Amino acid sequence: MMSMPELVPKSVRMSGLNADFWATNGENLLFALIAIAAFLAVIAALLWGTEILSRLFSDRRRGAIQLAMLVGPVLILLAIGLIWPAAQTVYLSFTHMVRIPDPATGINMEQTTFAGLENYAFAFSDPTELRTVINTVVWMFLTPVLSTLIGLAYAVFIDRAKGERTLKSLVFLPVAVSLVGASIVWGFIMYDFNQTGSQTGIMNALIALLGGNPVSFLTVDPWNTLFLILILVWTQTGFAMVVLSAAIKGVPVELNEASALDGANAWQRFWQITVPTIRGTLVVVLTTITIATLKVFDVVRTLTQGRNNTNVVAYDMYDQFFVRDNRPLGAALAVIMFLFVVPIVVYNVQSLRKVRETH
Amino acid sequence: MTSTDHKTRSLKAAKITRAAQAKARLTSPGATAAAMVIALVWTIPIFGLFMTSLRPGALYRTTPWWDVFSDGQLTLSNYSTVLFESFGDSANSAPLLGNLFNSLVITVPAVVFPLVLALMAAYAFAWIPFRGSEFLFVTIFALQVVPLQLSLIPLLKALGPDGLGVAGEFPGIWIAHTIFGLPLAVFLLYNFISQIPREVMEAARVDGASHTQIFFRIVIPLSLPAVASLSIFQFLWVWNDLLIASVFGAIKTYPLTYPLANLAGGYGQTEYLVPAAAFVSMIVPLIVFFSLQRYFVRGLLAGANKG
Repeated sequence: MMSMPELVPKSVRMSGLNADFWATNGENLLFALIAIAAFLAVIAALLWGTEILSRLFSDRRRGAIQLAMLVGPVLILLAIGLIWPAAQTVYLSFTHMVRIPDPATGINMEQTTFAGLENYAFAFSDPTELRTVINTVVWMFLTPVLSTLIGLAYAVFIDRAKGERTLKSLVFLPVAVSLVGASIVWGFIMYDFNQTGSQTGIMNALIALLGGNPVSFLTVDPWNTLFLILILVWTQTGFAMVVLSAAIKGVPVELNEASALDGANAWQRFWQITVPTIRGTLVVVLTTITIATLKVFDVVRTLTQGRNNTNVVAYDMYDQFFVRDNRPLGAALAVIMFLFVVPIVVYNVQSLRKVRETH
Repeated sequence: MTSTDHKTRSLKAAKITRAAQAKARLTSPGATAAAMVIALVWTIPIFGLFMTSLRPGALYRTTPWWDVFSDGQLTLSNYSTVLFESFGDSANSAPLLGNLFNSLVITVPAVVFPLVLALMAAYAFAWIPFRGSEFLFVTIFALQVVPLQLSLIPLLKALGPDGLGVAGEFPGIWIAHTIFGLPLAVFLLYNFISQIPREVMEAARVDGASHTQIFFRIVIPLSLPAVASLSIFQFLWVWNDLLIASVFGAIKTYPLTYPLANLAGGYGQTEYLVPAAAFVSMIVPLIVFFSLQRYFVRGLLAGANKG
């Protein structure tokens, strides 16, 4: 802790904390603990209960009942919590919603009619929506490529260097920070912009130092999207670096040595030996970050709310659904997000099948 | 080539390359400089945020944080304001200490629930042959990639007033996090549990142990390292989540990320408090990260070695 008494305010006021505050939060914490205990008790009772009950049955039945208890909860939760809702979203995306007052009560009633591809056509023809889709494609391309390139370069540069572990921690650290936090770190510390006066953001201070005019990083279309992407790159590079570093250490030393004897320099060895050997890991890192990028709405939500042409499908979907109450369009945007990852799903399933066959 | 030939050759090669590598490292200032730039860009922003969070509010707009090295102006009052006082100019202006508690109340059960359920299913997929096992497992694996946005809306409806009636309450958020966390948890735990030596499982079966007995006596104790890695994963993911918290939560359940995202967009009188508020939200993940980094990395690698 900081032991500088003069820095601590003379009296720490606690205007927001009253008896109510403590009662509510105490109750909530207790509730969470009870929920965990109850959950564990139910699971244990289910498993041991069927264990005891199933002794009445034949061995085969007994196995089947226990299997159902083990695998059933996950299957049921995924079926009713993920798969069925996904099907409903797909249906909703093909509808059109209007509110018509009920003749008897006068209350607005929602009516859905089948609309075919109307929402999709809108998403790809309306200039604002189309820009959102294009931005998302740019995010999905640049984030994995930049994160992987920087992560790989860093992993190679510090490989077997002195203090490698500490150097790794430095770049890995942002992985632990929330995207909201990362957005604030960059929005307030790096990209801060003052029209006049001294620049309080690092980037603008550097620009001022070099004699340039300050830049409002989050409003200059189309570069603002790139500046937002860099925030996500900053959080994903650590992941790429750690995974790739482990893969690099798995490259057989003999291969490198043989190649060195043949007169290959470090750069050639990197491309001829290291990259081909870690290709599988590179693909995993790239696809993982691509998928993660697609789902990211936090950066846009925190810093621009889609202003100045910075919107992405993930935020637009949230915005259309929960803010603008345009649910069918929100649903169509969610389906478009899914369509973006279908190739990755197919590819992943194929490679999983291959791995399982060889086992 | 005989094996001794090979050995001497590779020994010689080892000497040459090690010398060459050492030389390459020393003689490539470019690589060292690039690594230094990366390390700086990855750490200075966080350091800058921390310093800004300690600057008096009056200086926030007028002087940059690095002026601290010349003027020495530091204060903890921003922290006491955001943690203990009503601040901000929106409806969500309760002290952040309440949101900190909410983050805890959301996160702990949302880590335990999916892990326990996934452990059970992963064991079944790895060691109990049954019809449809392959198809179901591949489906769960594929679900990892499906954006959760696709299921968000109908799930909210199912948990809302027309369904279970838990939307806007903690149980609703727990259920959502549990469902969305399951595919990855099942897959990672499956990878680990299927590595348990066959002899161990066979021996237990020969002794007449049932599936349930094997699960409690062998699978749970042996998979604790994987569970530890995965808990850190899930902990950070839930603690840092904004989407599920916004969609399934309400004012009384919002975790730290929610008021933070609102504050950052506000640009009001209280803008100078945002860095301190952001740091409050980062403290717990950073502690978890620094104390358990090794397990976290292990979990990451287990997840990435699927290809």
